Amino acid sequence: MQVPKKPLVLLAAPQITTPVTTQSIMRDVLIALVPALICSVAYFGLPALSVVLTAVASCMGFEWLWCNLRKIPHTVYDLSAAVTGMLLAFNLPSTIPLYMVVIGSFVAIVLAKELFGGIGRNFANPAIVGRIFLAVAFPVAMTTFVAPQLALSSVDVLSSATPLASGAYAHTPVELLMGTHMGVLGETSAIAILIGCAYLLVRRVITWHVPVAYTGTVALLSLLAGKDPVAQALSGGLLLGAVFMATDYTTTPATKRGKLVFAVGCGLITCLIRFWGNLNEGVAYSILFMNLLVPYIDALTPNTPVGGEGRRRARREKAHE
Amino acid sequence: MGRFEGGAFRPRRSVELRGVSIPHKKETAQQQTTYMPLPKQIILPMQQHVGVACEPQVKRRAHVDVGTLVGHTEAFMSEDIFSPVSGTVKDVRAIHYSSGKSDMAVVIEPDGEQTVDEAIAPPEVTDYMSLIEAVKHSGIVGLGGAGFPTWLKMDTDLANIDSWLVNGAECEPYLSSDYREMVERPQTILAGIKACLDYSGVPRSLICIEDNKPQAIELLRSMAADDDRIDVFVLPARYPQGASRVILRNVTGRSVPRGGHLTDVGALLFNVTTMSEIGRFLQDGMPLTKRRITVMGDVVERPQNLEVFIGTPIGEILDYCGLTDEPRRVVIGGPMMGSTQVEMDSPIVRQNSGLLAFGESAAVVPQTTACIKCSACIDNCPMRLAPIDIQKAYRRDDVAALDRLMADLCVECGTCSYVCPAKQPLAQSVRLARAYLRAEQRKARGRA
Repeated sequence: MQVPKKPLVLLAAPQITTPVTTQSIMRDVLIALVPALICSVAYFGLPALSVVLTAVASCMGFEWLWCNLRKIPHTVYDLSAAVTGMLLAFNLPSTIPLYMVVIGSFVAIVLAKELFGGIGRNFANPAIVGRIFLAVAFPVAMTTFVAPQLALSSVDVLSSATPLASGAYAHTPVELLMGTHMGVLGETSAIAILIGCAYLLVRRVITWHVPVAYTGTVALLSLLAGKDPVAQALSGGLLLGAVFMATDYTTTPATKRGKLVFAVGCGLITCLIRFWGNLNEGVAYSILFMNLLVPYIDALTPNTPVGGEGRRRARREKAHE
Repeated sequence: MGRFEGGAFRPRRSVELRGVSIPHKKETAQQQTTYMPLPKQIILPMQQHVGVACEPQVKRRAHVDVGTLVGHTEAFMSEDIFSPVSGTVKDVRAIHYSSGKSDMAVVIEPDGEQTVDEAIAPPEVTDYMSLIEAVKHSGIVGLGGAGFPTWLKMDTDLANIDSWLVNGAECEPYLSSDYREMVERPQTILAGIKACLDYSGVPRSLICIEDNKPQAIELLRSMAADDDRIDVFVLPARYPQGASRVILRNVTGRSVPRGGHLTDVGALLFNVTTMSEIGRFLQDGMPLTKRRITVMGDVVERPQNLEVFIGTPIGEILDYCGLTDEPRRVVIGGPMMGSTQVEMDSPIVRQNSGLLAFGESAAVVPQTTACIKCSACIDNCPMRLAPIDIQKAYRRDDVAALDRLMADLCVECGTCSYVCPAKQPLAQSVRLARAYLRAEQRKARGRA
């Protein structure tokens, strides 16, 4: 045997890894958001598109700038900032001035994410922090909704979106219940969100636990409170939040049990705010609030290792000794 | 029957620990085993098992025959090593492993005669104790990769044991040497199982095979049909179904408590090739001197299941199988648990079941990025541990947290590193954490 010209590499097992990377996960999330993007552009026209593009560009820009200033490896290419931008835009009305979008992106990326150490270290969902900041800072601009209309319906491609629109609206008498709630960009079409959800489930980016437990809790509590459960579940930002924001890896619990606790808590707070609070909509606040509880949920819901079932008993015996 | 009497033993309809799906590359599975000719030299390390290393029993220039005792120690936890060839001892020298450890090795130059040592004769077995005594002098260790001395595993309190499991899962995604054993030598496997059951009185044996090996399942099931103690248990073809604690849980529903062994919960688990070697040894009395390994990888010209003499240097094996390109990553074992080699004269030892050689593309190490807390490692750990939390606790030196996280339960399957999208070195960290925790626990016991 000849000695190889280049030395053999020395690496720890396992010798193979999955092709899934952070970037591929984020790319999948972006793909899952495309149906909702199409719907929002169909309903609200080009202003919606400009809001989305501004948010994505400024989020990625702020991340790039931050990494440049700190002289740390660039994390722009993992696309997480693009996801934040998309989600932030989907939480804004189409009429919002674009400079506010840039401010919201700054809050989301720099204040909520990078100051805490960047991707994987933020305690709250950046898009939600950005949205809530804007809602507090610019309450009028954030609640100036225009009625969804297929203004561009003369275009062939968009006329195919009509069934989606009718599908969403035929089932949601929510506009009648909450008059002001015409919807932000991503809240309007339940079907578009559900298509995205199905894609994420098939690609195994998310599991069913959070979306099902979250919407299920809201529907159940609505029923108990005497409201229409279907309308409540499909209205407002609930589906967007349950599928895309309450499933954010970094700001949700690690184990499946923890995720269920988290989702039920989100549902509970959402209902409390919706039914008895001053705000029309509680999804963003409920997710933010539960984000803060994640370390405690994590501590209380670990998996029991195989072979560690007798942990309590063993501890007692040890104490006994 | 022991304390698990009363229907505790019931094969499960669907398994509890699912594991992950890893793309299989078992192209070698349908090829007949080929036999490698005598190599130029045989390098026999004195540590080819878990436990105490053997001491060389031969000197330089001594003549050895096939089956001559080469390594032996009086220490309890060990297993003898025998010469696989006849020839001359060229050297007794130090050998260094890629892990950084070193060992003594006996280097033999084969003379090509393959004369058999006169002492070789089928062992006389009359009861369980004599079976253990025979296996003790067979050179057989856990051939699935663990290398635990087989006789020591057998030397347990039989009163508790109600199931003797045989591991034919072969969950390592590229290997097929156990599969070939099941297809080519089912009769020696069954002979081994029957001998073990006959002498031990253990009431039942299950051969556990992943469902991607229907031929082996059918063959063994039909051949074992006349013995109602023996049956085949079908596992899903997912990684790591072959890990001993995963098999135990999935087949019997039991789990091994911390610090315990399978025998504590009434089960013995032998690799299928180990069982087959026991069966063969009882017939011909020839100690373990050869074994089948799967040789493959993207630069291997003729991937195959190859029977090699134990101690054959990997360079000679790769030469025999042919290389299409310069190898950059050479692995002994499977892709999930195998270790990379840096020297082409590292020998194949008895618990190795594969030799993989990959080219330039495998030399690129995926870049580690920040953990995004996706919890893939937590969701997919077969032992339901939290690898990322263990890594963090290890990095901040937190022994109490490692204990709470039960890092010592890790089976080193590597699933956490495999599934990690951020390519964090989780398996490596947990392995270190486990060793650290165990050392600290020993220290604490010493003080108490």
